[in-house]
Amino acid sequence: MASVTFKNVFKNYGDVEVIKDFTLEVEDKEFIIFVGPSGCGKSTNLRMLAGLEEITAGEILIGDRVVNDVPPKDRDIAMVFQSYALYPHMTVYDNMAFGLKLRKTPKDEITRRVNEAAEILGITELLQRKPKALSGGQRQRVAVGRAIVREPAVFLMDEPLSNLDAKLRVSARAEISKLHQRLQTTFIYVTHDQVEAMTMADRIVVLHAGILQQADSPRNLYNFPHNIFVAGFIGSPSMNFFDATLVKEEQKMYLDSGDFRIEVPSDKMETYKAYIGKQVIFGIRPEDVHVPQYAPVDITPAPISGSIEIVELLGSELILFVNAGSNSFVAKVDTRYEVKPGDSVDLVCNMKNMHIFDKETELAVR
Amino acid sequence: MTTNHNANYPRKRRKIEAGKAATAVLLWGYAAVVLLPLLLVIGNTMRPSREIFKHPVGFPTSINFDSYIRAWQEANFNTYFVNSLLITVSAVVLATAVASSAAYILGRYSFKGSKILSAYFLAGLMLPFRLAIVPLFLLLNDLGLIDSRFGLILVYAATGIPFSVFILSAFFRQLPPELSEAARIDGAGEFTIFSRIMLPLVRPALATVTVFQFVPLWNDFFFPLVLLRSTDKWTLPVGMTRFFGEFQTDWSTLFAGLIITTLPLVILFLLATKQIIAGLTAGVSK
Repeated sequence: MASVTFKNVFKNYGDVEVIKDFTLEVEDKEFIIFVGPSGCGKSTNLRMLAGLEEITAGEILIGDRVVNDVPPKDRDIAMVFQSYALYPHMTVYDNMAFGLKLRKTPKDEITRRVNEAAEILGITELLQRKPKALSGGQRQRVAVGRAIVREPAVFLMDEPLSNLDAKLRVSARAEISKLHQRLQTTFIYVTHDQVEAMTMADRIVVLHAGILQQADSPRNLYNFPHNIFVAGFIGSPSMNFFDATLVKEEQKMYLDSGDFRIEVPSDKMETYKAYIGKQVIFGIRPEDVHVPQYAPVDITPAPISGSIEIVELLGSELILFVNAGSNSFVAKVDTRYEVKPGDSVDLVCNMKNMHIFDKETELAVR
Repeated sequence: MTTNHNANYPRKRRKIEAGKAATAVLLWGYAAVVLLPLLLVIGNTMRPSREIFKHPVGFPTSINFDSYIRAWQEANFNTYFVNSLLITVSAVVLATAVASSAAYILGRYSFKGSKILSAYFLAGLMLPFRLAIVPLFLLLNDLGLIDSRFGLILVYAATGIPFSVFILSAFFRQLPPELSEAARIDGAGEFTIFSRIMLPLVRPALATVTVFQFVPLWNDFFFPLVLLRSTDKWTLPVGMTRFFGEFQTDWSTLFAGLIITTLPLVILFLLATKQIIAGLTAGVSK
């Protein structure tokens, strides 16, 4: 159990800056997920924390100890790799016991810990098998087991579910969450899958091009994205963005995109008043665009219309790709709505959940 | 379409069967070409020389192993055998130990001069070693290692290293980097990673280089002939020459000596075949 601190960490590969001024404090027992597109630096951050990559500048602390020059084995961490990296020539038992043997743990203590971990993960009957005789899901459990037996202060996981099929991933997600509750240890987890991040994390750290975009709870990240990147990255389908101008007429505020003109709720006028007459980016999530007759009663509706290009029925939801003149947008609507491509539709945006971003800085206006 | 397909099916199968039969004939034929002379040699170890001269191809009249005992005791094969075993095994062990550690570093790390070092090892593979016999002789002479089994071991080990480094470094290069990273996090130092994780994983390659070094050294006639003088240090191939007498040759004892010489290689192949095949076909499929 330990906190983890990144203090102004930089990482360069030659002339390429991979991580730029990364600062983050992870509390003890927190479940932190690094998320971002490929090449955003999330794995590099994890590997620097593990001691597998050197830091170009800055400090990394585990607990109160600066670990910049501490070798991986003395950092009191355990890591689950994306490829699992099980030792192919050892049995499951030996794979899990290897780290303990190297640390000269007494034999009966090793046996106790391995058996306990195997029981937690439901792999007791696999202990004498070699990794090649295991399925993907079983290998993943062994990789987690190898980390558990070490009883580390910090658990590191590098996309541990990305090699599993979709169905197994859902159950493995729940098991990792349970494991975190049970072990009461700091977890730092890397993924490119925002669903994993949203479902498991106490706090999500969004990275893009080596720069920290936002570190916040899943709920805040979804409801109050800090900038356009976070707004577009979290949520599926992605948030719709429109170029628009904020105009004020007769004590009312409107967003004018050229194709549509919608009213901004009066309670938000104070927040946005500095942008009156300026170009802004208006953001609205697909789930906040409704068919009028099926819209929830408590929304602040604003009409938006267009013609349907594509209809995707996913069973529990209906996704509409709508063309509105120079803009196109996506709406996630009630499945009772019957519509086909080519139809023109009149929809409403729930302006309670609207977002406005500065066009220059791309930061949310709040 | 469907009927056509069905009609074709038996013909296709007959074709495959014929192909299989042809393969079997070819392979058994080749096996016979290789095995018959060997069986003839084994048979002739049990026949007296006079009879061998009369009918070179023939069955032994009785089963006896006298010739083997003669070869082993009177012809000093016991000494030669021990010498051969000592020299070959030591050289192979030494070369493999040196080569595997060199190959590990060359295969997994890139540092200043690592390419040049690899090329240097590779160069050893390309030069015909026997051409260096004169400088080698002078060198060993200066070191006082002429007529020394230890000297021959060093020479042999050196001949095996380039090939072994070449093969082993290719195998080490294939192993995923996460394995050593996982081991480092588990608490392993560089030597533990090498000896307990990486080395066991290149076992097929180790078996391959062991056999490929062992066979030419075991059979080598040239270096012991030049570098060893005392008969009590001779190896089997050199010792064998003593059978070719000026006036008469004891063929059955010579044949027995040949069988004794070949036996360790046969055993080695039987033990290592599985590993060698695994090594030769590594990377063919996932």
